[in-house]
Amino acid sequence: MEKSRENYWKTVLGLVRNILIVWFVVSYGCGIIFAGALDSIKLGGYPLGFWFAQQGAIYIFVALIFFYSNRMAKIDEEYDVAE
Amino acid sequence: MSLQATTYLVVGLTFAIYIGIAIWARAGSTKEFYVAGGGIHPITNGVAIGADWMSAASFISMAGLIGFMGYGGGLFLMGWTGGYVLLAMLLAPYLRKFGKYTVPDFFKTRYYSDGATIVAVICLLAASTTYIIGQMTGVGVAFSRFLGVSNSAGIFIGMGIVFMYAVFGGMKGITYTQVAQYCVLILAYTIPAIFISFQLTGNPIPQLGLGSDFVGSNIPILTKLNTIVTDLGFSQYTTQVPGSKLNMFVYTASLMLGTAGLPHVIIRFFTVPDVKGARQSAGWALIFIAILYTTAPSVAAMARLNLHATVNTAVVSNGDVFAEESSIKYDTRPAWMSRWEVTGLLKFNDKNGDGRIQYYNDKSKDAAFLAKAEAAGWKGNELIVNRDIMVLANPEIAKLPNWVIALVAAGGLAAALSTAAGLLLAISAAVSHDLLKNMFMKDLSEKGELMAGRIAMGSAIVGAGYLGLNPPDFAAGTVAIAFGLAASSIFPALMMGIFSKTMNKQGAMAGMLAGIGITMFYVFAHTGILYIKGTEYYSLFGGKNFFFGIHPNAFGAIGAVINFAVAFIVKGFTEPCPEDISEMVENLRVPKGAGAAAADH
Repeated sequence: MEKSRENYWKTVLGLVRNILIVWFVVSYGCGIIFAGALDSIKLGGYPLGFWFAQQGAIYIFVALIFFYSNRMAKIDEEYDVAE
Repeated sequence: MSLQATTYLVVGLTFAIYIGIAIWARAGSTKEFYVAGGGIHPITNGVAIGADWMSAASFISMAGLIGFMGYGGGLFLMGWTGGYVLLAMLLAPYLRKFGKYTVPDFFKTRYYSDGATIVAVICLLAASTTYIIGQMTGVGVAFSRFLGVSNSAGIFIGMGIVFMYAVFGGMKGITYTQVAQYCVLILAYTIPAIFISFQLTGNPIPQLGLGSDFVGSNIPILTKLNTIVTDLGFSQYTTQVPGSKLNMFVYTASLMLGTAGLPHVIIRFFTVPDVKGARQSAGWALIFIAILYTTAPSVAAMARLNLHATVNTAVVSNGDVFAEESSIKYDTRPAWMSRWEVTGLLKFNDKNGDGRIQYYNDKSKDAAFLAKAEAAGWKGNELIVNRDIMVLANPEIAKLPNWVIALVAAGGLAAALSTAAGLLLAISAAVSHDLLKNMFMKDLSEKGELMAGRIAMGSAIVGAGYLGLNPPDFAAGTVAIAFGLAASSIFPALMMGIFSKTMNKQGAMAGMLAGIGITMFYVFAHTGILYIKGTEYYSLFGGKNFFFGIHPNAFGAIGAVINFAVAFIVKGFTEPCPEDISEMVENLRVPKGAGAAAADH
């Protein structure tokens, strides 16, 4: 019981860490730090760095939350801790 | 029908709908009032969070600020949406599992002391009050335009109406009213955006329009806008940075952490049936918020373009912007300009006495541009446009039909009133319930509690209204300060409460005090002590933004780092967290056995 709970928490933290990496890369990375470099690529009329800062990051945030929520539902069941 | 009559009609109609729904769905018991029966579907809950979230800052102010900040305005967009990812993964499910109604409740149990709760309540009050100052700024803008009075008169009238709205109370917390409010808000925001996007690019979807070509040309609208603003001496739109990239980075972080630390959003995650629902609610909320937030960049850029195109007729055709007849005559200015001049938020000062409006960047660093401006007889910028009016003025500038302008006014009023009222309720509950009833005056009667709550609300409105007359920043900027305060105090303490089994009360208290203390110190250095003008002290430290060029609105992220650091250092020197609390934290981490939110209120 204790063992599986520890593993459960480890799995959860792993998932959260991975999502936070993507979260960081799309906003702070593509939207700020590397925005200038990405701007040379065009997405329609959008410079890509500008697009990430004002559009793209938001779409990816939405996707991340739903991905998290679905993965967590599966993990909860795997470890039998769902409500 | 005249514009004014249409506006009254649409505003009246929308408010009749909110009140009608409120009466129809009048909450029965206290518990139902607080958590709406605990059985709200995640999608409905998501809409309600969206309505709560979209305040005057998001609706009225943000796009105007972005329009003038260009690319750097993305910090508001990423900051106020990215925080939901943190909220969904780091806080919401665990607070739902914890199963109490309010954030101070969590502090009381997790940090096993009244001391930690008092510190948390003070931090909440500081953040909420600052937030309301920003809202009152927005309320003033909306009411002054709506009633055709000066901005100060608009704020005074707004103060009265917000107070009544908040005392009427139930308006907030009734999920279905918020659903209606969300619908009005989002229609009011997107309909003019669709019109304008279609006018300027031929593509009716604003998110795609901003990436399309300017109508009748094969130049992308953003490239066109870059040319227009640089022709007038401003920075290039798509690369303009607020101060520095470092500042933009820290500012974004501050808004994200603040999102995950503001009580009126967190409390919403108690209204879902289970932990799974809490996770999904955050996702749905973000979808509904994203509809506005991905439209805002188009509103921003296109309003900016239309504004310049109105005042200088040569910018769109790439003609000579310096030619005399390019600047419009003040006497034949469009009606929307004179309507906004009444409020005092749009000002014209004919510096060179030619009767025409020269609107350009007279602080441009481009010497060649300044030389040309001088040669053309321009004696400085003559038009001052308050950023907060851009969204409301946008449909007027684009010459949209009266009903669209009226709808935007209704949306602006709803946004400003609902969030202000919600925050006032949070303040009143924190003072009367968490501080007085639970700490200092345990024998307070229910009547006394209600009275204390109203007094707290009243003083918050008067204080915030007074400061709203001379706000520290534009509405969205002031709200950003509030987020900074929440980011530097509440967010780290909540996070350590869940993710550290050993964090003790001394650590949490010291962390919160250090975090919010240093943030306030830095903010007040720029805005004046308690935001009172004339008491700024940044010159003592060698000028504005003295900490690595970081803007005071952005400092919350630095405060949060200090909060974490101080908390862990103090924890190391004080008695450890009790065994049973660590066990409780352990228990928080698994969804099993969440049950309904406990009703000990």
